[in-house]
Amino acid sequence: MTQLEIKREAVRRPFNRRRKACPFSGPNAPKIDYKDTKLLARYTSERGKIVPSRISAVSAKKQRELATAIKRSRFLALMPYVTV
Amino acid sequence: MRLYESVFIARQDITTAQVETMADEFAEIITSAGGSIIKREYWGLRSLAYRIKKNRKGHYIMFNMETGPEALGEYERIMGLNEDVLRFLNIRIEEVLDGPSIMLQAKTERSQRGGRDDHDGDDRSTGNETDSDNIVDEKGEG
Repeated sequence: MTQLEIKREAVRRPFNRRRKACPFSGPNAPKIDYKDTKLLARYTSERGKIVPSRISAVSAKKQRELATAIKRSRFLALMPYVTV
Repeated sequence: MRLYESVFIARQDITTAQVETMADEFAEIITSAGGSIIKREYWGLRSLAYRIKKNRKGHYIMFNMETGPEALGEYERIMGLNEDVLRFLNIRIEEVLDGPSIMLQAKTERSQRGGRDDHDGDDRSTGNETDSDNIVDEKGEG
């Protein structure tokens, strides 16, 4: 879902594409928590895959944190491993 | 002594009272070894994202506790042996946050605010088919 929207944005303005800031950096950024499935769901595809950071613009450090959180969340069956 | 966060999922068929007594037993392991339970939360009977041992739902219990590694080992061993426990996750945390965790917050908020997906739906409808066609044309020329 997010993937599609960002692609469309890129098509509209092919050249002066603004570098998006990491959504987890900055003063009032949300804390990455494996319990917060609503937040984590934004960084997974509809099938339940983790969205790559080049698409979601999450910094490398936060992406690692995010991946751990999503995996923990999956282990506790709060999020799906796969959705068919 | 370190801070840990522990979540376990109990089988769907057992009652809430049974879950509470189970949680008491597990808490007893920690407290008898000199540790302490700082926070205890019952998230309720939640539906699982996938089936675990033929269960579609499970009782979630969370502990935040301060304990040593020996007690935690014993705690994990007992949990592993208990057949009513579907799954458990114990992780080390840096600090115990005040107030209820996001799970309990979400539960109370859900009734207050309506469909949060409405906003997404609006965005989608503005970018309709003809619009995106134009964009593709522009790109072709450039």
